[in-house]
Amino acid sequence: MRSTVAAVALGALFALGLALSGMTSPAKVTAFLDVAGGAWDPQLAFVMAGAIAAAVAVRRLARRPAPLFAARFDPPAHARIDAPLVAGAAIFGAGWGLAGYCPGPALVSLTSPSALVFAAAMVAGIVAARLARRACNNMRQDKRAHVR
Amino acid sequence: MLRGLAGGVLIGLAAGLAWVLHGRIAGISGLLGRSLDRDGGAGFRRAFLAGLAGTGLVLALAFPSAIGPSVRGTTALVLAGVLVGLGTTLGNGCTSGHGVCGLARGSRRSLVAVCVFMATAALVVALAGPGAPR
Repeated sequence: MRSTVAAVALGALFALGLALSGMTSPAKVTAFLDVAGGAWDPQLAFVMAGAIAAAVAVRRLARRPAPLFAARFDPPAHARIDAPLVAGAAIFGAGWGLAGYCPGPALVSLTSPSALVFAAAMVAGIVAARLARRACNNMRQDKRAHVR
Repeated sequence: MLRGLAGGVLIGLAAGLAWVLHGRIAGISGLLGRSLDRDGGAGFRRAFLAGLAGTGLVLALAFPSAIGPSVRGTTALVLAGVLVGLGTTLGNGCTSGHGVCGLARGSRRSLVAVCVFMATAALVVALAGPGAPR
């Protein structure tokens, strides 16, 4: 229960940060990404700098053997710099630059019909990629079973 | 500048606390994509996302100007949404997962991802223009 309340509060804090910083304004995002244009707006670079500094500070100051509400930390499973990472980041960047929405700001902006359209397409993309990945993994396992 | 920095600090606080309290990476694309997974983390993911989207609803009512207008038409938004969904799933992260959490952890994988998505995003804006609020 306390864990759920804390998770809701963290989501709310994250959303407030996105809105305050200007990330929920697609025009501000594309103006930041428009490095070659005449009216470059650097504000969002400060968002990233502030966010990384705060995240590093919290992790350092509150270092614990285990998280408060869970038995253990759950770090990302992947460690290698591989083709899916680079291709995925490239595809994501293209979509982000086109719309000016990345996943967080899109979910905060769902009252906007445009953000809702974007978010629905994004969920479709996530589902399609997960299904494709599962199919690939199954094929690989079948192959391995066959070799054995 | 100051709003950017202050907003960033709130984002970083939330991401840092998600790790310290729940032991989880607060990457929005991952939270969304894995919100139905049966690995014990779905409760956290759904609660965090509910807080995120719910706050957006409150902001839209209390401070409508906090939610900016779109800069593209429907076709471009659908294309962009599909690209973001595919790309973040394939690359395991977005601006928050790689850009904030990953860089804060000192992950080289995330550093590569951030450089790549910043570059392609800037390239697309250079080609398509920044768009105009509509």
